[in-house]
Amino acid sequence: MSPVTYDEVLAKYEPVLGLEVHVELNTKSKMFCGCTTEFGGAPNTQTCPVCLGMPGALPVVNEKAIESTILIGLALNCSIAPFSRFARKNYFYPDMPKNFQISQYDEPICVNGYVDVAIDTDGGPQTFRVEIERVHMEEDTGKSLHVGGATGRIHGADYSLLDYNRAGIPLVEIVTKIIPGTGKYAPEVAKAYVAELRDILRSLGVSDVRMEQGSLRCDANVSLRLIGVETLGTRSETKNVNSLRSVERAIRGEMIRHAELLNKGEKVKQETRHFQEDTGLTRSGRSKEQAEDYRYFQEPDLVPVAPDAAWIETLRAGLPEQPTLRRKRLQSEWSVPDKEMAAMINADALDIVEATVKLGADPAKARSWWLGEISRLANEREVALTDLPISPTDVAAIVALIAEGELTDKLARQVIEGVVAGEGTPAQVIAARGFKVVNDDSALLAAIEVACAAQPETAQKVRDGHLPAAGALIGIVMKETKGQADAARVRELLLQHLGHTI
Amino acid sequence: MSSLSRSDVANLARLARIDMSDSELDALSGELDVILNAVARVQEVARPDIEATSHPLPLKNVYRPDVVQPSLSNAEALSGAPASEDERFRVPQILGEEA
Amino acid sequence: MIRKSAVEMAAALAKGETTSLALTQAHLDQIAAVDGAVHAFLHVDTEGALAQAGAIDKARAAGEKLSPLAGIPLALKDVLTQKGVPTTCGSKILEGWRPPYDSTVVTNLKRAGIVILGKTNMDEFAMGSSTENSAYGPTHNPWDLTRIPGGSGGGSSAALAAFEAPLAIGTDTGGSIRQPAAVTGTVGVKPTYGGVSRYGLVAFSSSLDQAGPCARTVLDTALLHEAIAGHDVRDATSINAPVPQVVAAAKSGDVKGLKIGVIKELNGDGYQAGVRTRFDESLQLLAAAGAEIIEVSCPNFEYALAAYYLIAPSECSSNLARFDAMRYGIRVGDEAGASAESVMNLTREVGFGREVKRRIILGTYALSSGYYDAYYGSAQKVRTLITHDFIRAFEKCDVLVSPTCPTTAFKIGEKASDPLAMYLNDIATIPVNMAGIGGMSLPCGLAPEDGLPVGFQIMAPAMQDQRMYSVGAALEAALLSKWGAPLLSQIPALAGSK
Repeated sequence: MSPVTYDEVLAKYEPVLGLEVHVELNTKSKMFCGCTTEFGGAPNTQTCPVCLGMPGALPVVNEKAIESTILIGLALNCSIAPFSRFARKNYFYPDMPKNFQISQYDEPICVNGYVDVAIDTDGGPQTFRVEIERVHMEEDTGKSLHVGGATGRIHGADYSLLDYNRAGIPLVEIVTKIIPGTGKYAPEVAKAYVAELRDILRSLGVSDVRMEQGSLRCDANVSLRLIGVETLGTRSETKNVNSLRSVERAIRGEMIRHAELLNKGEKVKQETRHFQEDTGLTRSGRSKEQAEDYRYFQEPDLVPVAPDAAWIETLRAGLPEQPTLRRKRLQSEWSVPDKEMAAMINADALDIVEATVKLGADPAKARSWWLGEISRLANEREVALTDLPISPTDVAAIVALIAEGELTDKLARQVIEGVVAGEGTPAQVIAARGFKVVNDDSALLAAIEVACAAQPETAQKVRDGHLPAAGALIGIVMKETKGQADAARVRELLLQHLGHTI
Repeated sequence: MSSLSRSDVANLARLARIDMSDSELDALSGELDVILNAVARVQEVARPDIEATSHPLPLKNVYRPDVVQPSLSNAEALSGAPASEDERFRVPQILGEEA
Repeated sequence: MIRKSAVEMAAALAKGETTSLALTQAHLDQIAAVDGAVHAFLHVDTEGALAQAGAIDKARAAGEKLSPLAGIPLALKDVLTQKGVPTTCGSKILEGWRPPYDSTVVTNLKRAGIVILGKTNMDEFAMGSSTENSAYGPTHNPWDLTRIPGGSGGGSSAALAAFEAPLAIGTDTGGSIRQPAAVTGTVGVKPTYGGVSRYGLVAFSSSLDQAGPCARTVLDTALLHEAIAGHDVRDATSINAPVPQVVAAAKSGDVKGLKIGVIKELNGDGYQAGVRTRFDESLQLLAAAGAEIIEVSCPNFEYALAAYYLIAPSECSSNLARFDAMRYGIRVGDEAGASAESVMNLTREVGFGREVKRRIILGTYALSSGYYDAYYGSAQKVRTLITHDFIRAFEKCDVLVSPTCPTTAFKIGEKASDPLAMYLNDIATIPVNMAGIGGMSLPCGLAPEDGLPVGFQIMAPAMQDQRMYSVGAALEAALLSKWGAPLLSQIPALAGSK
């Protein structure tokens, strides 16, 4: 069996996508009870009769979750349903305490929206419209730990241990309509869509949108149809796609897998598959003997959600600027070249740079500190830029001190290191480490004399006009002043001292 | 009127996670047939233009503020568990799909 | 003392003629004496009840302001959670479960200083009309121990009739408060849906379930009603409005000028002769008290039973899914190599009784794809039609009345093998649950042919519960002056009874 190349897939088939994204909202309490949503608590310490599904317990809807979902719907250009209801999705699974999930079925809260995503194509930038079918609310399940067996995986485990701290965390599911017509850019469009969604959700402040922590999860539906044929092919649903890069890889992989099956005359099975980060391939989930019948019906313990128009309009009026428009505006305001803008976006640095600029820092300086020295420290520690313990306030203060001549670039780097090491604010680090830029010319002149006396031959070369030699002398002066002198001023004074007019 | 076969009832028992014996399935399919014939009367009057009532009272928009309330302690949460280990509910091996 | 009303007991407590401790002990003694024969209780919380009674006596001695029923003992249906006290719902699957939380009804009872004696027997998960479906054996009707005490709340009604408690809590999904009250000669009220919080009430059918007060007099019932009712933020279907003034209504008992509608469809064929006799006599008494009696028609009520036996099983199939042996309750078949799925299957097979399994399977079917519209969806439409019937009827009258049940108490075992015959018992009580309105049953005499109690049902529009109490109090007063003594004074003495 010869493997099919990506180009060969496209020569014969057209991919059709469908994406389902689950977003954990960042409410303080759970969807239907007052338990905290904080991450990382000891097992089963963030549970109550409601989220443990105890007999007699009843759910009550978190108002903030409704508000967040409406905000998401509005930002995705959806209509907000004047009347929607919760429904029970019935199936048995040990991580789901009630053995039904409270979700929404035929009456979701938001419908019919779209997101425009731009990608680079061979013919330059191109915009694709991804249509949104629905946005609805539901609750997360608990987490299981599989004990025994070879790999800690579910298969072959002896038993499982359940922690329900995550059970009942509010989830919003965003479902696209089918996305045809993306051709060879299908993987890129999907990736760009998820990235755009992430940026929109972040701008709304409704979720932490950390794919690696699972607060944004993507299921990718892929099918192929012969070019020119109207009927859709059988789709597979790939779960577990937990990074932007994986979205792209999973879709590309599934397109090739489907094409190989179809070319051999085999059928694509409609099934759930799991993405494997290590290989980039998908693996079939355990196929069920019979299709599930979820027996949806209206959740009788909850009353309908009928947001009034005034509330929706208030929320609409308060929507933040769209991420794409904002990026364009900031790029022009800061006069940033395309490449550097892209770097800033890739590094997730837009928000912090903007915050730093708002605190008075020069945009170019703010950008260069965040993307330079601070990014380096973040890489060293293998954490996200925003997770380093240094704030836009700190960086703005440092930029200001440099501008006032109170810090040199070299000292500033040490201050940043100190702040990141937890030594306090820039002012506290400067005070504690005794950093003081030496601005006193007489002190500098004294040091210059020492340097010239130490290396008379070098001094003579400089006198004779061989200016590059001055570097060695400046080095001595900087050493003498423990790096606290402004190197530019030292150079000025040294050259004057050795008979040059500046 | 649809009637329920023994295999229909077996499938429903599987969906409802009840391990029924053959004799129980036989008995139940007979009983359910009688009951279903009786309750199917609702179809006589359920015209398409009639709205369905899911809740007895016309309440809507009942919410709670997003405020954290105390949870149960780990011991309280696990107090009724048939088995527990390492502060978690211990359950037999799960033969489901990998989540 | 134990044969007195709660109001009389409260007066004795207030005057210092007795203490809550003594009162509680007297009821515990009565339970010890008669409950072997009656089997009203599944669990008697002797220690907890005495501790609560002692605390109330202390508070009273310290001059604290107490609520009207403080210190009075009560029997709690075993379908409501009470922290640390076994709660089984009459099911084997919950054997040994002690909930870590109080239901709102229990919170309210404790706040009112009402002493909880223990948990009463019931049909498993409230599914039944005879209490024969309890996994822990049937309860016997104190009027005739070979007969059923009604269901599902037969334990609570029997406890009242056997003087084991002056107050009780029941829950009513299709008549489980009113039908037991009717067949035991006691009073029971299903408040308007949403009037009493369902938090901590183990759900059978969420859109129909409602907890309510049970007692031996209308005024006692009203006092208990006000103690447990009110808005609860933990129940999204709880009504956020003031509790109807039921105590004031029960005290006044005024029906002058009130229009009472007799529902044509809930009287006549299929109703025992003695039931009809006592019902008609009661109507005459109410007319004599100044009420206007008219006849109304509710043509869609004939479909209520069918709709009920689709809606309730459908909701229960989902509500009872949580009993899966993973987090609480019994676990069966957890042997080496067993899967969670097989343990769930075995536990639910062993842990649920026949009627519960029957309804779960029926509900699973009614909700399954391809059948939803024909069954569950159609039943919900019938629900609309029934509600419309009530709305039209209430345009013509203030309250509606009917016999509570077609017959008096039947023999234990008589209908156990015929589910449909059993279901017919609820024919007059179910429409109230479908529409979410209030319903009361109070005793209106003994059927001449068998000497067993007959229940009179009063129905009022949503959140107009006080109307039932006005009419109930008026009828009770008229009957009392006719009889000269409460109906329960005619109950045969149980062996060992105080």
